Amino acid sequence: MLDTSDGYVTEDGRKIGGVVMEMRNITLRFGGVVAIKDISFDIREGEIRAIIGPNGAGKSSMLNVISGFYIPQEGEVWFRGTKRPPMKPYEVARQGIARTFQNIALFEGMSVLDNVMTGRLNFMKTNIFQQAFWKGRAEAEETENRAAVERIIDFLEIQHIRKTPVARLPYGLKKRVELARALAAEPKLLLLDEPMAGMNVEEKEDMSRFILDVNDEFGTTIALIEHDMGVVMDLSDRVVVMDYGKKIGDGTPNEVRGNQEVIDAYLGVSHD
Amino acid sequence: MDTTQTAAEGAQSLPALLHRNAQTFASAPAYREKEFGIWQCWSWSETAQEIEALALGLLNLGVREGDFIAIIGRNRPYLYWSMVAAQSVGAVPVPLYQDAVAEEMAYVLSHCGARFVIVSDQEQADKVIEIQDQLHQFEHLIYLDPRGMRKYDHHQLHQFSHVQDQGRAARDEWITDLHTRRDKLTYDSTCVMLYTSGTTGKPKGVVLSNRNVIESAKNASDFDGLTSNEDILSYLPMAWVGDFIFSIGQAYWCGFCVNCPESADTMITDLREIGPTYFFAPPRVFETQLTSVMIRMEDAAPLKKRMFHHFMSHAKKVGGLILDGKPVDLADRLKYAIGNALVYGPLKDTLGLGRVRVGYTAGEAIGPEIFEFYRSLGINLKQLYGQTEATVFITVQPDGEVRPDTVGVPAPDVEIRIEDSGEIFYRSPGVFVEYYNNPDSTASTKDAEGWVATGDAGFIEEGSGHLRIIDRAKDVGKMADGSMFAPKYVENKLKFYPDILEVVLFGNTRDRCVAFINIDLTAVGNWAERNNIAYASYQELAGNPRVLETIQEHVEAVNRSVAEDPMLSGCQVHRFVVLHKELDADDGEMTRTRKVRRRIVEEKFADIIAALYDGSERVSTVTEVTYEDGRKGSISATLDICDASVVPIARQMAAE
Repeated sequence: MLDTSDGYVTEDGRKIGGVVMEMRNITLRFGGVVAIKDISFDIREGEIRAIIGPNGAGKSSMLNVISGFYIPQEGEVWFRGTKRPPMKPYEVARQGIARTFQNIALFEGMSVLDNVMTGRLNFMKTNIFQQAFWKGRAEAEETENRAAVERIIDFLEIQHIRKTPVARLPYGLKKRVELARALAAEPKLLLLDEPMAGMNVEEKEDMSRFILDVNDEFGTTIALIEHDMGVVMDLSDRVVVMDYGKKIGDGTPNEVRGNQEVIDAYLGVSHD
Repeated sequence: MDTTQTAAEGAQSLPALLHRNAQTFASAPAYREKEFGIWQCWSWSETAQEIEALALGLLNLGVREGDFIAIIGRNRPYLYWSMVAAQSVGAVPVPLYQDAVAEEMAYVLSHCGARFVIVSDQEQADKVIEIQDQLHQFEHLIYLDPRGMRKYDHHQLHQFSHVQDQGRAARDEWITDLHTRRDKLTYDSTCVMLYTSGTTGKPKGVVLSNRNVIESAKNASDFDGLTSNEDILSYLPMAWVGDFIFSIGQAYWCGFCVNCPESADTMITDLREIGPTYFFAPPRVFETQLTSVMIRMEDAAPLKKRMFHHFMSHAKKVGGLILDGKPVDLADRLKYAIGNALVYGPLKDTLGLGRVRVGYTAGEAIGPEIFEFYRSLGINLKQLYGQTEATVFITVQPDGEVRPDTVGVPAPDVEIRIEDSGEIFYRSPGVFVEYYNNPDSTASTKDAEGWVATGDAGFIEEGSGHLRIIDRAKDVGKMADGSMFAPKYVENKLKFYPDILEVVLFGNTRDRCVAFINIDLTAVGNWAERNNIAYASYQELAGNPRVLETIQEHVEAVNRSVAEDPMLSGCQVHRFVVLHKELDADDGEMTRTRKVRRRIVEEKFADIIAALYDGSERVSTVTEVTYEDGRKGSISATLDICDASVVPIARQMAAE
């Protein structure tokens, strides 16, 4: 297995740095159901890390642990060298972690621009009264944040729907708007929950390109969950494979592809 | 504008005109582009500095005089500057269609032997890199948008802004060379090379001199009284001669402002924001806009709907006459003024055409209803007839003599001659220099006296002196019984229905005519939605029995109208088929400017044509399609063939 203790260089020549986030022996239970069973892995600076596995393997639960939405009963989450105490999701967001959702969670009645602006929340310092009267810092602040949002709109090529209410957009574009909102928070670590689910081939290709460009352009570390194996193998630098809440594989796409347990999990072998 | 004219004397090239504009109009806007949600603006003096920096950078990279520099991308100020920067260093800009697939680019790039290529982004860069093994003279690629380009091997790759920075840094070293090269440019130097898409065969490189471009721009600007205060929206392909003349030739001659949209998808919004005063669009754009207006009116509240239809019918009656300055009585004028406040004005603003003083449409015939709709709103929409080889202008419609069925009178300094065969010939200062590296084609198109064959058949209308086009000369044929076959005439009549996008008529040397029809997905899709017809794909919608019924009604209506013309009554459509795919430039069925390539369509769909003539009721076929990235696939379909009733031709009426 690839030795990643001090960072490594990917096949396409990108330098991956030290550990950003480390999951140590995480166990998560819902009552009697064990969703995640003693899993450890790390995410490194600048890499695209995928979590894959069949339905019900515990991938989304894992992502929710990373984003602070679920507090695991056992194990530790280490973020940038310190152990993270149980946190509210907004506190996690302030630490520089942003995410998208499997079943799109945008403000349907608001325009694309306004939706993406909400991603800038943590950069706004003025209070509600200053904003309502657009006085003092409020005006300058909005201009600054709007400029940052416009760069993301340009980057993701959604200029033509800037003023369109989200409810009127097709699915593929909504996914892109969600990515835009997550990027607006200028995250250090970006979590993507099934970014290609329900997309056609062309939309998947577009989304893949955007994910690669985000990683390349902003140096954002990305952790993603995905079903489409082809996409995962093309995009990611390292892959964690889960099945029934357990980790059954971890390594580069090629290593994982050759792993017998992974093949069994995907092709289906009787578990007795 | 007399000051401009005198100041421009002696300016024999576009860089010289730029120099003049930077002094005369220094702080006036020259370029605007919407980026990051805001219109970014460059004045003429800033433009001159940007272009100088790029020109110096090009010298620094080793551009030689006479080199060809290919330019590929959507309309952006930077790429327009690239053209003028190339000219400044004595090189020849060659704009290419950005939607061309890699193979098409390979032909053009190796035909002209381009050493330098300037592209907009990664997508275009990838295409050039993919074919670079076939390009022996290719040396450097310059790209505008650095996104995704970080990992590329940068031995031959340069970022646009870096080239400019290096140019600025090396200014002292190269500025004398730049001035020397720029001063060498004369009226006879090559200004640009444009590849004609060609409805047959390989593209040909049309070489246009500074004389061609500047004289044509000057004449046309004088004709319409254009000034430095115009605003235009540049959104048509940069590789097309029209865009070169409007966005560079006329813009530099008059010193007006070129506005570039944010992206292809935002064109309509940007049009509304800019409100151009001089506007150019192919009929397709006007059709799309009209269709969307009509669709939205269907959904409007009853009162608004009634008001719209009431005033539109009034506009239809008097709007065109008022625009042409014809006598209209006072009551009608008053009512038109009210209509203008309530309907026409707001509508024009919504369309982004509120400020248009001069609008042109060309390239294809425009439906008379569409044409008159815009004119009745008070938009001065006119037609012109032109070619790349003529540096656009052959005939234009003067104000006050605008009609949907003619293309106007000869443009200033253009002479026109009609051969016995009906083919139109012209001679003008805009006549191209040559086809690059193709003396045979040059000789067969342009004779020693400078007359150029257009390849179109037409005639000069008696009385008005206006030119009327019948069809492409080589497409006009004879039917088996000897009557004339002019496909375009019938096709246009059918295309004027909003739900029909494209038609191809066959019948040369045959005893009757048959047709291929493409439905318009926007119009028919909307109709299907309103009538609760579910469909999953273009193919399914195109095969829907109720769609076929509607199309059949249109065909029969056109047959009745064609039958009234004694010369062309043989061209009625006996049978037709609604095709399962849109004809597409990527499949070679159309040119990049969306003209049908008849021969190719005929070969490719030979099985369907055979079925149309042998009387079968349906035909199964497999068609190869090319995706945008050049990969191939195929679609199979079973198509119903429809019979249309025709009006019996009363022959030998005169014999009685």
